Amino acid sequence: MTPMTARTALRFALIATAAASMTACASRPKPAGPAPTTAPPPAAEQPAPSTGVVGESVIPGSERDFVINAGDRVYFDFDSYEVRVDAQPVLEAQAAWLKRYPGVKVRIEGNTDERGTREYNIALGARRANAVREILIAQGVGSDRLTTVSYGKEQPIDPGSTEESWARNRNAHTQILSGAR
Amino acid sequence: MRMLLKRRTLIASFGAAALAGGLASRSARAEIEVNVNRGDVQPLPIAIPAFGGGAPGSEIASVIGANLQRSGLFRPLEPATFIEKDLTTAVQPRFPDWKQINAQALVNGQVRSVEGRLVVDFRLWDVFSEQQLLGLQFSASPENWRRIAHKISDQIYERLTGEKGYFDTRIVFVAETGARDKRVKRLAIMDQDGANPSYLTNGASIVMTPRFSSNSQEITYMELRPEGSAIYLFNLETARRESLGEFRGMVFSPRFAPGGGKVAFSVERGGNSDIYIMDLRNRATSRITSDPAIDTSPSFSPDGNQIVFNSDRSGAPQLYVMGADGSNPRRISYGEGRYTTPVWSPTGEFIAFTKQTGGEFHIGVMRPDGSDERLLTSSFMDEGPTWAPNGRVLMFSRETPGGLSKLWSVDVTGRILQQVPYPGDASDPAWSPLLN
Repeated sequence: MTPMTARTALRFALIATAAASMTACASRPKPAGPAPTTAPPPAAEQPAPSTGVVGESVIPGSERDFVINAGDRVYFDFDSYEVRVDAQPVLEAQAAWLKRYPGVKVRIEGNTDERGTREYNIALGARRANAVREILIAQGVGSDRLTTVSYGKEQPIDPGSTEESWARNRNAHTQILSGAR
Repeated sequence: MRMLLKRRTLIASFGAAALAGGLASRSARAEIEVNVNRGDVQPLPIAIPAFGGGAPGSEIASVIGANLQRSGLFRPLEPATFIEKDLTTAVQPRFPDWKQINAQALVNGQVRSVEGRLVVDFRLWDVFSEQQLLGLQFSASPENWRRIAHKISDQIYERLTGEKGYFDTRIVFVAETGARDKRVKRLAIMDQDGANPSYLTNGASIVMTPRFSSNSQEITYMELRPEGSAIYLFNLETARRESLGEFRGMVFSPRFAPGGGKVAFSVERGGNSDIYIMDLRNRATSRITSDPAIDTSPSFSPDGNQIVFNSDRSGAPQLYVMGADGSNPRRISYGEGRYTTPVWSPTGEFIAFTKQTGGEFHIGVMRPDGSDERLLTSSFMDEGPTWAPNGRVLMFSRETPGGLSKLWSVDVTGRILQQVPYPGDASDPAWSPLLN
């Protein structure tokens, strides 16, 4: 077998963190249905773009570097825009990365699960995006580098209708717009 | 492009019996009447033989039958059981033949072509009192034959129920195609019965929440792009599209005020969504809520004086009513669960909403003061009711797990629930007023 790459190791670490946080949040209100059996795998949803990746080494300052080494997505509880404990280190890493590469501009995209109505979910996604933006600003990232948008429930990263799908789809995605290598 | 639809009562070609029947029709109504308010009503057996005049005549009769059947208030009888064949509008039906098959009402008609126009005469008969209840003529250009069928359906519905019909109407909606995480959403419009669908946008951007103006010729909707959103006015006659302007933050949930001169919508700033109203004559915009909670989905009362909206200021989404200037907001929903998408009925009588409770979604109605809440549907995902112009029927989106969305309708008693006959996936329906 091939040795475990940095990427898969990180993915496992994130799954462990997310799983811990799901357990910690078990008392919060959830939509009815079976309890989650697996946590969202945050690093798994996007295939590596052809640029920025050389084998398994990543060009520092590239979008791929940001996705792998900072993390581009944080997750929320049902109908909540409170930044979870497991999201804090991701956002700290995002802020540190953005301060290291001050030419980079990002758009924070708020998303919701499908268990709500369309207009309310646009408003909820906007709250999530803004919650992330405020944390990045508090960590020292210039506000002029951070725009927000809400996609509500219109752009699910997981097309399923299970508790796990919904947990993945309740997120804020930090999308690099310009300035990356 | 708009067709001229002439209407006049028929007297000339019909004898004294018909005229007397017309005069006596008020008293006849006591015998044959459909009560739309009862939940347990037996649909009225009605015979609608093919109209004379060839293919258009049988197609018109079949569209009328389908309309009346879908209302749930009528039961069109099987033509194979009809005893009297080849009725004409020139002589009275043989009533015993229709009594024998227990038809309570009978519709017959004749289609002619006059100088390139389609001219349709029809009669509505009370079979047991042997009286004519309606005798009317409609004409239109031949391609608009379905609209004649809808106009006749509206006349029959109104004469027998005492309420305005809703068949000569259109639905603007979002047509959906493609995989769920790459969904293509196009603005679309069709007749109320699913016929004549056409597409108004090309699917390059996600569109949502279209709504009609009270003139039926203009719609407002929201477009979602990677960088943000915009709300538009779209004129259905000219296909002209106009943005309502640039807003910092998300702009969404547009809806016309009665009369069409104003649009209410939500604007988000720094994560907080509030309700604004724009006067379309001068684009003057005023903010009418300023709560730190989510305020969205505004819908005006028919007199324009009040707005029902959705807010989570209590901690979870609930329904509130306020003055159209934002004054005196008060919560009206107190049941268990989460309430969203309130829509005031055209009669002012009810507010329809989406309710999420017990892992399911419901379409429901309540009085504007929050009393008499009734849930009409229940499924994995029901969302976004829109009222037929007579306030008797609601259309909404129903989604199954995995994301296939279809349009459904339900009457206000909750008894008549059915899928709208549009073959594709669709969401966010909005019902037009009655067309002119």
